[in-house]
Amino acid sequence: MSSSPPTAAVGFEYAPAPESRAIVDLRASYGLFINGEFVDGQGPSFKSISPATEEVLAEVSAADAADVDTAVRAARRAYNGTWSRLAPAERGKYLFRIARIIQERSRELAVLESLDNGKPIRESRDVDVPLMAAHFFYYAGWADKLAYAGYGPDPKPLGVAAQVIPWNFPLLMLAWKIAPALAAGNTVVLKPAETTPLTALLFAEVCQQADLPPGVVNIINGAGNTGRALVEHPDIDKIAFTGSTEVGRQIAISAAGTRKKLTLELGGKAANIIFDDAPIDQAVEGIVNGIFFNQGHVCCAGSRLLVQESVAEEVNSSLRRRLKMLRVGDPLDKNTDVGAINSAEQLARIRELSAIGEEEGAVRWSPPCDLPDRGFWFPPTIFTEVSPAHRIARDEIFGPVLSVLTFRTPDEAVAKANNTPYGLSAGIWSDKGSRILAIASRLRAGVVWANTFNRFDPTSPFGGYKESGYGREGGRHGLAAYLAGVEEE
Amino acid sequence: MAAPTLDTAAPSTAVPPAYLDATRDNASLRAFLHGLPGVDQVGAEARVATLATRSIKTTAKAWAIDTAIGLIDLTTLEGSDTPGKVASLCAKARRPDPSDPSCPPTAAVCVYGDLVPYAVEALEGSGVHIAAVATAFPSGRASREVKIADVQDAVRAGADEIDMVIDRGAFLSGRYSAVFDEIVAVKHACGSAHLKVILETGELATYDNVRRASWLAMLAGGDFIKTSTGKMSPAATLPVTMVMLEAVRDFAGATGRRIGVKPAGGIRTSKDAIKHLVLINETTGPEWLHPDLFRIGASSLLNDLLLQRHKLRTGHYSGPDYVTVD
Repeated sequence: MSSSPPTAAVGFEYAPAPESRAIVDLRASYGLFINGEFVDGQGPSFKSISPATEEVLAEVSAADAADVDTAVRAARRAYNGTWSRLAPAERGKYLFRIARIIQERSRELAVLESLDNGKPIRESRDVDVPLMAAHFFYYAGWADKLAYAGYGPDPKPLGVAAQVIPWNFPLLMLAWKIAPALAAGNTVVLKPAETTPLTALLFAEVCQQADLPPGVVNIINGAGNTGRALVEHPDIDKIAFTGSTEVGRQIAISAAGTRKKLTLELGGKAANIIFDDAPIDQAVEGIVNGIFFNQGHVCCAGSRLLVQESVAEEVNSSLRRRLKMLRVGDPLDKNTDVGAINSAEQLARIRELSAIGEEEGAVRWSPPCDLPDRGFWFPPTIFTEVSPAHRIARDEIFGPVLSVLTFRTPDEAVAKANNTPYGLSAGIWSDKGSRILAIASRLRAGVVWANTFNRFDPTSPFGGYKESGYGREGGRHGLAAYLAGVEEE
Repeated sequence: MAAPTLDTAAPSTAVPPAYLDATRDNASLRAFLHGLPGVDQVGAEARVATLATRSIKTTAKAWAIDTAIGLIDLTTLEGSDTPGKVASLCAKARRPDPSDPSCPPTAAVCVYGDLVPYAVEALEGSGVHIAAVATAFPSGRASREVKIADVQDAVRAGADEIDMVIDRGAFLSGRYSAVFDEIVAVKHACGSAHLKVILETGELATYDNVRRASWLAMLAGGDFIKTSTGKMSPAATLPVTMVMLEAVRDFAGATGRRIGVKPAGGIRTSKDAIKHLVLINETTGPEWLHPDLFRIGASSLLNDLLLQRHKLRTGHYSGPDYVTVD
């Protein structure tokens, strides 16, 4: 050919493609949402910042014990006065309405979620908010069909549910909690995490817009103290908590000996197992999606990669090549793959555990990437030559850090995968269906993905084994947590 | 452009030494091709869907549009083609936008073998390559002798690129060495002309087959692997192109030899073309964004690229009357 030979450095630089913030109407200060109204909290106020820039987004007032009490009373009044008396189909209508409004306001919700949390807009737009709407649609359908859920002919709600959710998926966790609770006929008091309070308050606006009766959904803000006051309040019937195993344990202790029904969705250290007959290119995508999705701030993240030794080299080199393609930066840029770490505190923990990984002898690697000067950032990181005894193979890092271990036989893979106090999720990659089924049945994990990872669907139950908690969210099983006299399955 | 002389020596691109055993006979080829890692359909399509959300704006878009124009094999493959039609296609290839000399020419024109002489005449001195489809295109159902004669005829007439079709019947019935031998023979007949091997992925049906056929064509000496004839649907799809890009990436890693990829058929809009460029950028790396390593077989795509180009320059859309009818 007459054209010149290919030159290496042909550039295809993606120009910045920021999603506009204009759609979000940020107020200077926010309070609580109690009994259908926005009110100021009496506790100390705190700032919610954008983790990508450390810009203060808003001042938020916390709820003190008296506010918590007011919220619980409002929920109780709403439960006794309206919500439990409403025809189930009417409850369903409210939930359908909420789901539709979420879809209508999806861009606004996604932008605020990315601003307050630091996650890429591509994820909040294409994953978090669509799934949030899907959960409301799904449970809206259950509201008038509870008799057919397999929990007896006339299952009853519990009453008032206290719900405490984490900062990694503020809107999605809110949906996982509120949608089944309301569908089953309960009212709720929900506390979002103190680093990501803003989208829950936007959801409160959605509730107003849907004309949801006052008190059915109450949202209070604050840190651990507020959460403790809420779960220890004597007039709640149900506690649903998603967060760390440590806090989950404290909640279980405080709920022991009370009538409060409890579900806990806690930490994880999931194994992602790659067999030598796996579809390697897709497995590499699955590994990336397993640990770098949402900066690794995912309780079910595939943080322990178990690769069969015969393909370890191939997988490692493919993975490194793939990591070089990850675009780390401005969460609001539509081409960003990995956003900001949610808080300075979390960043410090990721740094600390990574340093320990190096000290213990694992080999650390990150692709070259320019991280912004301001904000909280951590590059996608892989540790190889990790032994099961290393802390990075045992502790939940909750960040974009992958530990790579190897195995030789299926038995060894199962033994290593199960060798953790956690048991939330696991992944299996193989082209052989019989192997997938055989291994899946031996893994002690609540969710086992085959040839995919981090896929969520409202029809599918989600929850843990062992120290990853108990109870299930999602699907028909998720209703059990909010119905009286129904044992968890 | 002078017609390349027919090379009667051994093919210039012999089978890479490491793969001599793998290509020895049908059993070896089968073992090798079926030992390639599988492709998970759901995962491959999900990856492509994610890449399709890349937002290419402003300067990146301008760069992508000009690059895409320079990657086009501007194609006419109709029974009704005439010398006049080919002449107007060639004029368009040389200068896609008559009002703007800064608009790059396309990489090549692609025509049937009997029309090559008219393209040679019309493209003289332009640097635009002349590709001819051969080997009983599009079905490939003819004897080896007829196929070779078809190739030789096009090369003699001045085509410097040959787009051949593989024997899909042989491939699907597991006669891999028949497909392999035929590609080797065609490559030999091409001489110095570059060989694009059309897999007709719509007939191969599975991504596993696409990966296997890609490796088969690369091992047999193809310079390019091409998705489709454009005569059946589905033609080029993003996941198929991605699987082929992964194959050339892996082949280059294993042998050091870089093979080109050409999706053809069904790419009609600038948006589609830009999605392909993004796919290359994040699969093989930007090195493949070069006409020696990537082509887009298309006809109506060019006008859409020109309209978008115009829009970027002037800030407003013109209309179909402001680009030439081919």
